Amino acid sequence: MAIALAVFGLGCLVVLAFAVGRFPVSPGDFAKVIWDWLSGGTSEVPATVQTVILNVRGPRILAAIVVGAALAGAGAAYQSLFRNPLVSPDILGVSSGAALGAVLGIFFSLDVVFIQGLAFIGGLAAVATAYFIASRMRGHDPILVLVLAGVVIGALLGAGVALIKYLADPYNQLPAITYWLLGSLAAATRADFLSVLPAAAIGIAVLWLLRWRISVLALGDDEAASVGVETGRIRVAVIAAATLMTAAVVSISGIIGWVGLLIPHFARLMVGPDFTRLFPVTALLGAAFMLSVDTVARTAGRIELPLGVLTAVIGTPLFLWLLATARRSWQ
Amino acid sequence: MKLEARNLGYGYRGHVVGRGANLGLSAGEVVCILGPNGGGKTTLFRTLLGLIPPIEGQVLIEGMDLHASPRATIARLVGYVPQAHLGYFPFSVQDVVLMGRTAHLSPFAVPSRRDRELAAAAIERVGLAHLVDAVYTRISGGERQLALIARALAQATPLLVMDEPTASLDFGNQVHVLETVAKLAGEGIGVLISTHDPDQTFQCADRVVLVHRGSVTDIGPPEEGLDATRLRELYGIEVQISTVEVAGRPRRVCIPAAVGKQSAIFSRE
Repeated sequence: MAIALAVFGLGCLVVLAFAVGRFPVSPGDFAKVIWDWLSGGTSEVPATVQTVILNVRGPRILAAIVVGAALAGAGAAYQSLFRNPLVSPDILGVSSGAALGAVLGIFFSLDVVFIQGLAFIGGLAAVATAYFIASRMRGHDPILVLVLAGVVIGALLGAGVALIKYLADPYNQLPAITYWLLGSLAAATRADFLSVLPAAAIGIAVLWLLRWRISVLALGDDEAASVGVETGRIRVAVIAAATLMTAAVVSISGIIGWVGLLIPHFARLMVGPDFTRLFPVTALLGAAFMLSVDTVARTAGRIELPLGVLTAVIGTPLFLWLLATARRSWQ
Repeated sequence: MKLEARNLGYGYRGHVVGRGANLGLSAGEVVCILGPNGGGKTTLFRTLLGLIPPIEGQVLIEGMDLHASPRATIARLVGYVPQAHLGYFPFSVQDVVLMGRTAHLSPFAVPSRRDRELAAAAIERVGLAHLVDAVYTRISGGERQLALIARALAQATPLLVMDEPTASLDFGNQVHVLETVAKLAGEGIGVLISTHDPDQTFQCADRVVLVHRGSVTDIGPPEEGLDATRLRELYGIEVQISTVEVAGRPRRVCIPAAVGKQSAIFSRE
């Protein structure tokens, strides 16, 4: 029921997102263009409208959906895994690692593809390092050590980002770096969308397949193991999948906070903590949220608003409201 | 069906808690573990369940090395009832009990209708049918403990390990849990249970095992092995063991000999 509702809501948002903007598109034109694109026929709709739908708004809308679903889905997985509702996808240093990778790419004036690749590798490397450090430290609570290692690695990588900003050329590179760090989908192309799709799809598929085990892991390691879960291996698989999807989408969108923290809370309020229901609802809500925010970002002002700023402005009051009224989400 | 510890040393890396433990649990018997706080009962249990590796010796289940077995295999043979805690997310009682079925599911599977029915039956068995949809984190400590027992029942294992299942319960629920334990043993399930109350060994135990200062001693049936000397060694207090008639049958009870109220009465006389 909640899933059907979320799918319907997302569908309406997509149509709305295509319609609004500097170049308005009527739902009729939208339907015609999509139909002609699917059937391969020539269209009587003006070429500019076709371009707007297929090459400008289409990729951006699809990118927003993938980014939102991946960030929120990864956030839900991390929260269940670490049994902590305040955990988000950047907890293990994914975002900082990706940021350092991308910033390095911009600093060395690399091609966009390489910048994305570096962001991706940086994110994965940060988590791998945190995991390696945590696995070397025996005799402590493994989850606590992992999270602390992630935070520390994140802080170190943040210093690296600051250093490169300091060294960067203030006229060309610094604006580009700042722009990336604030998050945006303005430059998302069809190729961008297609390049992150496989990694995001693999991550989502793994989390979906392991959905019941992830639910059980919320019991705590001892109890999950005592009912038959290979806790260590499942944790590695879930971290790898969630990191893969986070790093992939961050490489095209830049840093966008709050989605992975906030959306799982709302989903949990709607359908409870059982991951088999929580995950699909979280992913759909995340997609809808990201699409709404991105639509606002490109239509609200005369210039594009940075996504990271918008999600923070929307996210902070929402989260405080949650904190004050809806303790149900985690107690 | 048998769970067996052979010359088991248990503890954590760099910290040996106990050595030379020999211990067996067979189907249909209740083995009660007694020991003071901090005596290493929980560490022993975690080793017996395969959650931490033994320092030396072996834990065998049906003759197999427990620590070399996959988790799912162990979980189909031994169920675990931990001390009730609050949990982290607001799962329903039904969800928590359903998690006991995980041992019987392949890694990518979700519980089937049959699993749900078995979970519902387990909830019914511990008398929580009215709380199926209640939120686990918001029921009482005693109800949570019963829900965890239901989870172990849903797991449908021939052996159960229960870590102080009566610790957080009121008087009535303690008796209720002990009755459940006796009933399970009657149905052929082997139960290893730890407790703080030596009286409980007289109520349900076939054998008593003392865990104290790093040693594990099987003293046999409580009526034969558990006396005032043992209890003094274990808890450092004087205990008088008396026999009273309960429902027409003799039952032994442990009474602390030097409790303030009693001496107050004496001094008045």
